Amino acid sequence: MIRSHVLVCGGTGCTSSGSAKVIEALNTEIAAKGLADEIKVVQTGCFGLCALGPIMIVYPEGTFYHSVKAEDIAEIVEEHFLKGRPVARLVYHEKEADASVATSLSDTAFYKKQKRVALRNCGVINPENIDEYIAVDGYRALGKVLTEMTPDDVIQTILDSGLRGRGGGGFPTGLKWKFASGNRGNVKKYVACNADEGDPGAFMDRSILEGDPHAVIEAMAIAGYAIGADEGYVYVRAEYPIAIHRLEIAIKQAKEYGLLGENIFGTGFNFDLKIRFGAGAFVCGEETALMTSIEGHRGEPRPRPPFPAVKGLFGQPTVLNNVETYANVPQIILNGVEWFTAMGTEKSKGTKVFALGGNITNTGLVEVPMGTTLREVVEEIGGGIPGGKKFKAAQTGGPSGGCITAENLDTPIDYDNLIALGSMMGSGGLIVMDEDNCMVDIARFFLDFTVDESCGKCTPCRVGTKRMLEILDKIIAGNGTLEDLDRLEELANYIKSASLCGLGQTAPNPVLSTLRNFREEYVAHVVDKKCPAGVCKNLLQYVIDADKCKGCTLCARKCPVNAISGTVKQPHVIDASKCVKCGVCMSTCKFGAISKQ
Amino acid sequence: MISLEELAAIREKMKDKVVIREGSASTRVVVGMATCGIAAGARPVLNAFVDGVAKEGLSDKVTVSQTGCVGLCQYEPIVEVYEGGKEKITYVKVDAEKAEKIIKDHLIGGKVVTEYTIGAKA
Repeated sequence: MIRSHVLVCGGTGCTSSGSAKVIEALNTEIAAKGLADEIKVVQTGCFGLCALGPIMIVYPEGTFYHSVKAEDIAEIVEEHFLKGRPVARLVYHEKEADASVATSLSDTAFYKKQKRVALRNCGVINPENIDEYIAVDGYRALGKVLTEMTPDDVIQTILDSGLRGRGGGGFPTGLKWKFASGNRGNVKKYVACNADEGDPGAFMDRSILEGDPHAVIEAMAIAGYAIGADEGYVYVRAEYPIAIHRLEIAIKQAKEYGLLGENIFGTGFNFDLKIRFGAGAFVCGEETALMTSIEGHRGEPRPRPPFPAVKGLFGQPTVLNNVETYANVPQIILNGVEWFTAMGTEKSKGTKVFALGGNITNTGLVEVPMGTTLREVVEEIGGGIPGGKKFKAAQTGGPSGGCITAENLDTPIDYDNLIALGSMMGSGGLIVMDEDNCMVDIARFFLDFTVDESCGKCTPCRVGTKRMLEILDKIIAGNGTLEDLDRLEELANYIKSASLCGLGQTAPNPVLSTLRNFREEYVAHVVDKKCPAGVCKNLLQYVIDADKCKGCTLCARKCPVNAISGTVKQPHVIDASKCVKCGVCMSTCKFGAISKQ
Repeated sequence: MISLEELAAIREKMKDKVVIREGSASTRVVVGMATCGIAAGARPVLNAFVDGVAKEGLSDKVTVSQTGCVGLCQYEPIVEVYEGGKEKITYVKVDAEKAEKIIKDHLIGGKVVTEYTIGAKA
């Protein structure tokens, strides 16, 4: 009789920190202690606290272990599983100052404010076992839809729920389905899933596919019934091998149970699902380029209209939604519209998953109700900025979005508020920046990404973004002028209005948003030739304070280019013409005599 | 192809197996499993509770887990029952038979088995 379940995260984050070895050691050690009949080891999807992986939770107590190594397993099995004494040094606790050790997941600040809807099964069930998904009401929504609801009922429910696309634009999902619903039964239609998650730093779609693949399959079948489609495609990046593997297993298991295939639940409804791999081009996350790629062509966008709902995959009406959007659907069907609309703000219902990254204590995946403030996400759930540094801005929407500044920390996050702030929801990447980040450098980073990823089909994006990048390089090199700032802005607006697809239309956003919110930093770069954050190498120099320098010669010996000279016990000097600004001298100096200016 | 009924059957069968991960049960049965407890025979007691709770269909209401040394080694095996809003009940010198009675009378019937509690022994 099983008395305890040990859940070990098998998401990509924890797999890379060694969770597979932990599972292996657990199985060996549990068998050796004769506990195999009492304790069950389950590999699950992502728990969200990726920075502390591998993560392991022991139920029924809910003891939350982090950074577990294979070498720790013998101790955990002996002490905890056999004798009931959790191994305190590996149990997660929040702050060094916090004496009380949090052993339960829901007690931690990281999880307390979260509301898990799309991620509800991630870290709870074994994604490779369809029976565990069924145990948590899996495929019940599909059963309900097929036997108790008409296709129009389904669309109305999704419309009433106010669910909006979680992949970026925030278009009402129900409306998309409604547009594609005409002429059911007479026209070949498709349901497609966008799992081509491309924003740097965003990984919620990967985690859902890894942790709860059946939810996506079930939702796609529901969408198929709603619009009258019998075939679906999941377009997933080839860089997500674990997600692909689990999705393949899930599709196979669903087919064995007849939950995919012909005559599902004996209702006469047929639905089949296929996977297509993306080669990793950012533009293939754009819906028309994605469908072109599924069709076997080079992934390039085409003008809209016609929209996919009219003329999509293989020229047929198609519904294309993002992974996280689909993950919400079965629960809306089961729990009802009121349940869903009770969460969120007036125009943005439900929850949103964010990938927290950058200069923040708890990097990982968090899901919060829409309308949660950025301050709550950064300071409470994210645990604030390490090292007591000051919050400067948060980038949402990745390379298509913009930054939110400290004044707007208390704005409730939803689709419309973010757009009003000059940013966007995007797929949910949230990169936190502190006082040490140079905003010009950040803008350049994102623009460099989009220049690389521009498919080249239309001129504004292909040539325009390249010209913008050149201007930014000029500014960073210390050769910029104030006219360059105006030229950047003008060019950005042309590119926004004239580009063919979303990639080009949003590519200038990081530049525009930093120009608007941090213009003084740009001005410092072009007028004072200084980088206030001390990031842009051409605009700073390392200087030795003669009063503080003891002449210990340590820096001179460490300098890789011999730019520092001086005699022992006399103040040293740095030759600016030789200095490569590597910063080694500053970190070596024991007297704090070297500074960046 | 499975039917709706078969789907429900799988759900019912599997539910008990994953409910342990929700931590929502209102009653916790904790068995002392330190060296002293194990030496006094806590393992069969733990197993008796795990089996009994599952057999009686109490899995969604009662969780069984272990703890370390309570500090009253001479009274081991010690079993503590925590119910929301009520005072903790401590049973001492429990064995598999007593466990069965505790499940029947206390966990199901709601009546504390006074003669097994620490108060009766002290």
